[in-house]
Amino acid sequence: MIVDLPSTTTSQVNKKMVELRESGGAVALGRVLTMVIVTGDGTEPEQAIQAANDASREHPARVIVVARGARQAAARLDAQIRIGGDAGASEVLVLRLYGPLADEGAASVVPLLLPDAPIVVWWPTDAPAHPAHDPIGALGHRRITDAAAEPDPIEALQTRVRSYVDGDTDLAWTRLTSWRALLAAALDQPPFERVTGATVTGESDSPSTDLLAGWLAAYLQIPVHRLDHPRGPGIVSAVLERPSGNVEIVRPDGKTGTLTQPGQPERRVALQRREVRDCLAEELRRLDADEIYEATLRGLPEIVRGEDPTSAAASAGIAPHSEQAEEFS
Amino acid sequence: MTSAEENPLRDPRDKRLPRIAGPCGLTIFGVTGDLSRKKLMPAIYDLANRGLLPPGFALTGFARRDWEDQDFGQIVYDAVKENARTPFRQQVWDRLAEGIRFVSGSFDDPDAFDRLAETVKQLDAERGTGGNHAFYLSVPPSMFPTVLTQLSRSGLADQSEDTWRRVVIEKPFGHDLESAQELNRIVNEVFPEDSVFRIDHYLGKETVQNILALRFANQMFEPLWSAHYVDHVQITMSEDIGLGGRAGYYDGIGAARDVIQNHLLQLMALTAMEEPLSFSPSHLRAEKSKVLSATKPVGPFSETTARGQYTGGWQGGQKVPGLHEEGGFASDSTTETFAAITLEVESRRWAGVPFYLRTGKRLGRRVTEIAVVFKRAPHLPFDDTMTEELGQNALVIRVQPDEGVTMRFGSKVPGTSMEVRDVTMDFGYGHSFTESSPEAYERLLLDVLLGEPSLFPVNEEVELSWKILDQVLDHWAEHGKPEQYKAGTWGPSSAETMLARSGRAWRRP
Repeated sequence: MIVDLPSTTTSQVNKKMVELRESGGAVALGRVLTMVIVTGDGTEPEQAIQAANDASREHPARVIVVARGARQAAARLDAQIRIGGDAGASEVLVLRLYGPLADEGAASVVPLLLPDAPIVVWWPTDAPAHPAHDPIGALGHRRITDAAAEPDPIEALQTRVRSYVDGDTDLAWTRLTSWRALLAAALDQPPFERVTGATVTGESDSPSTDLLAGWLAAYLQIPVHRLDHPRGPGIVSAVLERPSGNVEIVRPDGKTGTLTQPGQPERRVALQRREVRDCLAEELRRLDADEIYEATLRGLPEIVRGEDPTSAAASAGIAPHSEQAEEFS
Repeated sequence: MTSAEENPLRDPRDKRLPRIAGPCGLTIFGVTGDLSRKKLMPAIYDLANRGLLPPGFALTGFARRDWEDQDFGQIVYDAVKENARTPFRQQVWDRLAEGIRFVSGSFDDPDAFDRLAETVKQLDAERGTGGNHAFYLSVPPSMFPTVLTQLSRSGLADQSEDTWRRVVIEKPFGHDLESAQELNRIVNEVFPEDSVFRIDHYLGKETVQNILALRFANQMFEPLWSAHYVDHVQITMSEDIGLGGRAGYYDGIGAARDVIQNHLLQLMALTAMEEPLSFSPSHLRAEKSKVLSATKPVGPFSETTARGQYTGGWQGGQKVPGLHEEGGFASDSTTETFAAITLEVESRRWAGVPFYLRTGKRLGRRVTEIAVVFKRAPHLPFDDTMTEELGQNALVIRVQPDEGVTMRFGSKVPGTSMEVRDVTMDFGYGHSFTESSPEAYERLLLDVLLGEPSLFPVNEEVELSWKILDQVLDHWAEHGKPEQYKAGTWGPSSAETMLARSGRAWRRP
């Protein structure tokens, strides 16, 4: 069911919600979180709502969409309430703000937050430079940005490094989880050797590739090389060098990866790129600070860009890295 | 770095990273059965889809069918399409399908097992399963010795330091203490106890695991969780289906052995146990064993237990046959389809609190729940008329369906007079969490592959359960026969009387 409340106030919205609950009876009170989506006024809200509705199958939520309309207009709040089949397992409130109100979204959101339940703020695109200092961002326990959806993804990541506060997270980081899981699982198996070098290859504007390199640099405490791949898509390969041979995951088509380890047959693994709704569902599973993401951001400056260590070493005819030399001696 | 514990990429704070099983394969005996098609194969696909199976995972079927690998692959494909929980993805399926093998043969055919050993060896070479294999015996217990002997003879059960072999078995774990011990002996001859995984699918259910979270993560409930405040506990598992087509398994076994011995006693142990030192498998088991050791059936059994057999009638808009008309059951079969027993836990916490366990087929509806019923308030500062409609407070853990927790307490009826009536407060898993929580078998299969034993009952628990139940079973064998009850009701009248004697009544679930 969709109810439109043109030119309204939040107290009227609240009143209508209670009324709908009492007459419909079906709207459950068991929402576990409030999700605030900050978007523009065009078609973006619908895409974001769709992803949020899908994610709500796992985490029933009240979704509040703050759609910021034209500033050159009279102050006005148009609200829309969606419940039942039109809202997945959530209830959706779309608030369209015009004129001076457009910059005062927080004031319209506060009265509509669920009591006690955690608040998640998501900017599908155009995230503020400092999410935690944004008036709406400051309300959230968790702030989700998406570097890949920004005009300059790599620059956006640099901004995240500077503005990180506990509770920040980025969907470019979430997209990595299956890669990270595979790499970690590979090191769970013998031989238990030190990783002496690592290289990550991906599209030049793929923030996930940078984050993967940053994560490896932070946790392996070695220089990690980040190479550009002309076509992508996304991350194309990750190589961990060990004395007995390399652990390699190569995914040329964005769908299926190949895992190669010394002394073992080559294995193929489904490694499809993850959709926003899957990432969102994963994000909502944990609402505490993501220390690993923080460490990864701190690892970004350690990345060595754009040179291939093996070919460089081979063409120059020089010895292996000093770490490798130690392992061999 | 010298072991997996020192993996630099694993950080205990990293809660996103799932634990993926190491390289391994799974062999299922009895792939043509219902369980395997409806639960196991879909669960394997769902695990693969969630990225929890290792790259190169291998699934081998073993049955007496003249199938090739691709025929078996087709069977798995159909089962996945029909029953998987997660959406179908072609790439995931393609990767899984590459690792599907089939070995044709009967359980007593040494050649077939040699071929299986050969297949397993090939998988290690081609798919990199690394010598790690689990064998799922989805076969009748009478076949266990045959299969286990063959596994041992063909060297399939041999594990070295770097590889593992595990065996998964299903209930029934024997039909009394003696046979359970015999079964354990046979299994342990081939596989050491830490390689044996006994599946009690109830323990894989989210709601069952939530009993521990509810009790030990909250401050609200545990203080009330004792004889001071609890009047009695009712644990019910009822089914609305009958036993058509299951005579071969069920006749002579009966409801108590089929359900009380495993599912209900495990639920009772989780409800009554003390707080474990930690959630490590050994600590959990220690507490479960302790509470099961302290549990005794309450006599005299003619008054504290009940058993019944359903008769034909109308149930839920359908005419259904009685047990004696079901194919395969003798017309004088004394197999019980309803069983209820009274237990007590001899500990300071629970002394004097009866635990009533009941289960049955063709009952009112399908439901499993644990109801903790509290004592009445010691003093009610109200007139009698004010609290006439007030019952006992209760906390009900709904295990299935509609998973959740219900609390029942008194509330004032709106109006000018003070009148108190029972109301309920509901927590529904479906409301607060995922609609798509993993199936019990997904969780359990993954735990087998990871070698994570906490959700599997061990030898000792199985034997302790039989010790509790055997006394009742012996009494039933010597005295009378099951009482009849109409299909679609809540069991025989003796079940009502066994509670009525102490002024209590079964909850209607």
